[in-house]
Amino acid sequence: MTDNAQIPHWEHFEHKADIGIRGIAPTLAEAFEQAALAMTSVICDPDLILEHQSVEVSCQADDIEFLFLDWINELIYLMAVKGLLFKRFQVVINDNSLIATASGEPADPVKHQPAVEIKGATLTELAVRQTEDGLWLAQCVVDV
Amino acid sequence: MDVKQFIQRDETCWEIPAKGVMRVPALIYADASLIQTMDQKVHEQICNVAKLPGIVEAAYAMPDAHWGYGFPIGGVAAFDADQGGVVSAGGVGFDISCGVRTLHTGLTMNDLQGVKKDLADALYRTVPAGVGSRGRIHLNHDEMRAMLSGGAQWAVKQGFGEARDLEFIEERGCVDGAEPSDVSPRARERQKDEMGTLGSGNHYLEVQRVAEIYDAAIAKTYLLEIDAIVISIHCGSRGLGHQIGTEFLKDMALATSQYHINLPDRELACAPLNSPLGKRYLGAMRAGINCALANRQIITHLTRQAMNEIFPDISIDLLYDVSHNTCKEERHIVGGVAQTVFVHRKGATRAFGPGHADLPDAYRAVGQPVLIGGSMGTSSYILCGTKQAEQRSFSSACHGAGRAMSRRQATKQWQGRTLVDQLAEQGIIIRSPSLRGVAEEAPAAYKDVSAVVDAADKADLANKVARLEPVICIKG
Repeated sequence: MTDNAQIPHWEHFEHKADIGIRGIAPTLAEAFEQAALAMTSVICDPDLILEHQSVEVSCQADDIEFLFLDWINELIYLMAVKGLLFKRFQVVINDNSLIATASGEPADPVKHQPAVEIKGATLTELAVRQTEDGLWLAQCVVDV
Repeated sequence: MDVKQFIQRDETCWEIPAKGVMRVPALIYADASLIQTMDQKVHEQICNVAKLPGIVEAAYAMPDAHWGYGFPIGGVAAFDADQGGVVSAGGVGFDISCGVRTLHTGLTMNDLQGVKKDLADALYRTVPAGVGSRGRIHLNHDEMRAMLSGGAQWAVKQGFGEARDLEFIEERGCVDGAEPSDVSPRARERQKDEMGTLGSGNHYLEVQRVAEIYDAAIAKTYLLEIDAIVISIHCGSRGLGHQIGTEFLKDMALATSQYHINLPDRELACAPLNSPLGKRYLGAMRAGINCALANRQIITHLTRQAMNEIFPDISIDLLYDVSHNTCKEERHIVGGVAQTVFVHRKGATRAFGPGHADLPDAYRAVGQPVLIGGSMGTSSYILCGTKQAEQRSFSSACHGAGRAMSRRQATKQWQGRTLVDQLAEQGIIIRSPSLRGVAEEAPAAYKDVSAVVDAADKADLANKVARLEPVICIKG
């Protein structure tokens, strides 16, 4: 394994109608942060977003996969009702509860060129697990 | 998919006999070419639907079926509440009552000469489209409640459109049994500024020309003539529907053990129709349907305003309004006996045939208009419901083209600006707030809608009446 693989990162994976978001990182919390960034990049280029505003997020669930689902859905809800786009996430996870800060700025159609709005996180390909090389992976398909 | 997996019943019907824990067979309607290019996931998902409690007759996949969430998109299944039948949030989808409405304008292509660009600008200015767009209508608590109960009927009472519009909407613009109190505060919050907005993704408002007529008599009944200009609006229940879907998907996934439902796939999360959770979902989902109907009604009103800027004297009337993400309580023949069932149509259009009592008087003799949207820059179709579909698919047909490639692949292959220019050369004006959005919706990123419609026609799920070509497209 290269050193680069240990750096928290995100990727998209294929789904014909929609798109999969995946965060991979040494810690569970970082994997959640990276998956959220993967979601932002479904909408627009995260580099176009400035950190002008922060919101607090907290979720609790019966298991870690539903906690991930709740996390992503909470961000989708906040983006929709507050009209924000997020580029930075700081997540703390204890057992099956999460406290986080999401930072970004109000969506601007001209500046951000947002391509799609996300309707919700689905149970499709929902997984939170540790990979063979010890990294954490958090993923699901989002409906756009 | 390998066709050897199926028993071919006829040219367009492929059967997977009930086996193992499947309660009914699965039937896929497609021609040989379409079924070969269909995702193997459709096979897996439609077989899983056939395993759900209370399903009757068969689980069906339409010619545009592709990998969905539990149900394939293009999936149809009916459930008997008295036999432990279920309702599934995934079987309806996040965009509850997403659908298509087509409007007559009384104009022809000649009338658009010299004003196409102005018309595109007027429509783009007047109908909010794209991510985060807000409507000009903001609903307080009581207004939201009235909208969720009243659908398009509420919208007309508020001055958005005409009473005559309602006749040409499924359920006359308002589905019974909506329970606004089953819609969460969050779902209402997500909707309060989104009334009268198109949304994004594959949603659009399109000015179209009638390019071809296949059935002159039915086209006449639908008031369609060659070269006539119509407008089609494709959108749904916006944030409210998305939030209802999100919340109930989770609630149902967590409740399956409580209801002793053994799911082959947790995405098929569902609840018995007669359970408290099932009833709550039905109440909320029906409120979501009314929200979509009200939304399309308000957009119709905005469209009239924009059209009247350029053509002050025209009258715009509804051809019809169909929904393709729903669960509806309907009467059908099951095992030779008429009974009430709950028909899920996930990416499938209701297609009532001639004589159906729920159709408007003007269309009862010929059957329901079935409105099939194409992808940006390609043809759309108007079909007509058939008698045969009552037995073949609980009166259901396809809903659109279905993606051939992912959004990511599409953005790698095309650039928005280039596509807009290429379409302009073909005489199609695109207006969109996002060029990346345009690239993701590239025409070639979708399957050939003509092949899908031909298969639906050949299978007699619905018969072709007219083909429409885009002239102006407002992309969300």
